[in-house]
Amino acid sequence: MGYNKKMIILLSLSVASVLLFVFWDVGGEWDYVLPRRLEKVAAITMTGAAIATSTVIFQTITNNRILTPSLIGFDSLYVLLQTAIVFLFGGGTLVMMNSHFHFLLSVGLMVVFALLLFLFIFKKEGKNIYFLLLIGIILGTFFSSISEFLQVLIDPNEFLVVQDKMFASFNNANTELLLVGGVLLLAATLYLFRYVKYLDVISLGQEEAVNLGVNYDAVVKRLLGVIAVYVSVATALVGPITFLGLIVANVAHEVFRTYRHKYLIPGAIFVSIFSLLIGQWFVEHVFTFSTTISVIVNFIGGIYFIYLLVKENDVW
Amino acid sequence: MVDVTNVSKAYKEVKVVDDVSVHIKKGTITSFIGANGAGKSTLLSMVSRLIPKDEGSVLLDGEEITSYDNKELAKRLSVLKQSNNIKVRITVRELVSFGRFPYSQGKLKKEDEKLIDEAIEYMQLEDFEGRFLDELSGGQKQRAYIAMVIAQDTEYILLDEPLNNLDMKHSKQIMKALRRMVDDLGKTVVIVIHDINFASCYSDHIVALKDGKCVYEGHPEEMITNNVLREVYDMEFNVCNIDGNRICVFFT
Ligand SMILES: Nc1ncnc2c1ncn2[C@@H]1O[C@H](COP(=O)(O)OP(=O)(O)O)[C@@H](O)[C@H]1O
Ligand SMILES: [Mg+2]
Repeated sequence: MGYNKKMIILLSLSVASVLLFVFWDVGGEWDYVLPRRLEKVAAITMTGAAIATSTVIFQTITNNRILTPSLIGFDSLYVLLQTAIVFLFGGGTLVMMNSHFHFLLSVGLMVVFALLLFLFIFKKEGKNIYFLLLIGIILGTFFSSISEFLQVLIDPNEFLVVQDKMFASFNNANTELLLVGGVLLLAATLYLFRYVKYLDVISLGQEEAVNLGVNYDAVVKRLLGVIAVYVSVATALVGPITFLGLIVANVAHEVFRTYRHKYLIPGAIFVSIFSLLIGQWFVEHVFTFSTTISVIVNFIGGIYFIYLLVKENDVW
Repeated sequence: MVDVTNVSKAYKEVKVVDDVSVHIKKGTITSFIGANGAGKSTLLSMVSRLIPKDEGSVLLDGEEITSYDNKELAKRLSVLKQSNNIKVRITVRELVSFGRFPYSQGKLKKEDEKLIDEAIEYMQLEDFEGRFLDELSGGQKQRAYIAMVIAQDTEYILLDEPLNNLDMKHSKQIMKALRRMVDDLGKTVVIVIHDINFASCYSDHIVALKDGKCVYEGHPEEMITNNVLREVYDMEFNVCNIDGNRICVFFT
């Protein structure tokens, strides 16, 4: 099957999932239900696209298919930052805080920390992925331990505020934040467009890229900056969905079996939107909100992660 | 012309390339020889800016190699590493097409396609061009990598053990191809090579490295002698003159 045909199928699946999600069982109250569902679709599309794109690029740079930004400690970093904000300013502040301000503060802090984290990890020579994974796990555990320590010190009522932030949820998407988040994502995407042509070359490896005239270190730093913005906005918007990136990037690689990012990135985006919408549909209509999307995605993604680790051979 | 002056590189205080100076003339084949671990690959990687050097300078036509614009340099100098392990799923033709990236930035034009065809033909890969790299034998893969470097069409071509994995027929074919590129197209070739008989028959200049130092350099006539080779490799050689070529016998 040709690349374009596969792309059309994935696109159709995403469109179908949008239609299912928006129009399923509306009941009589169109005026009330439709705008809310469309907001969720917007949140899901943005988050899904941001996580898919950032994971594909991250895996291209690290030359592996197991590591994702979430898996090297980014998600625990997010929880730590939320905990730290409550710890320092009090839960009341977090609830009362102007949502724009809180959002931009979270995104800003995370971009800074993500960049530091990435640069720290990339400075190590000979990027053995098991070594990176190990560092990621250690950093993740380290961040989680600090979070837990702070959470013990926080007033239990305030702890609830943090806990609410720890699980991804589209159940209360916020339109105002969608707009700010959308603008940030758009800006990052425009910036990314200047560097997409290098992605295919970078997937050949650092030395090939240098031989072919890519200013490797500079380009990789910029790409990491874009990834930092993508994952930060997505996580601040809905919370961590640890295994989503892993699933969608790998499915895109399996479906297209190519190095070409003009297929991999859109493919991963469509898979991402499709899985999130179907997952959210299950949350709303089958589980009637008794669980959240991140629980479902992480359950499936966790199994897939173990499968990848077990079968890991170096064929892309 | 490439001027390598007082170049050094140390890993953990151990100098693996120690104060090496080499002059590479335009329009010649220069061979680096020496035992495993002598520092040949490290030197070649520094000359081609793949790894930073600790000391010294590498001037390409008078300008320090690291101060070139990346894209412009990639149009003038190409390098193939000793071991290449591209992990992505890619066909031979797609790989060779990457050689055009410095010119096309990813958008191949007609003349790019023409040069890609020529490079594939040069390495006799026509029958494999649609095959995926991971479905090829080691020698076929090696030829695909060399074809990519040929498609890059640079004045300077640096190859680390290009005969790796190749049978005698293809080794000879590649050495002849390199010779033609130098004689007919005026290119400058630098190779790391273990087969000293190929080095003897095809090079204009041989540089011998030992423990990170350049111990001898010169024309094959001066280099392929019992005394020089004994010093470089710490073993006995018997250099014979066969059909006008200096051939080393060292098998027994
Ligand atoms: N990245 C590295 N880290 C540490 N030691 C290295 C590294 N690369 C090469 N070396 C050491 O430098 C010496 C020269 O290596 P190399 O240039 O690859 O030799 P060769 O002449 O066989 O190509 C060897 O002893 C090797 O172990
Ligand atoms: Mg070597």
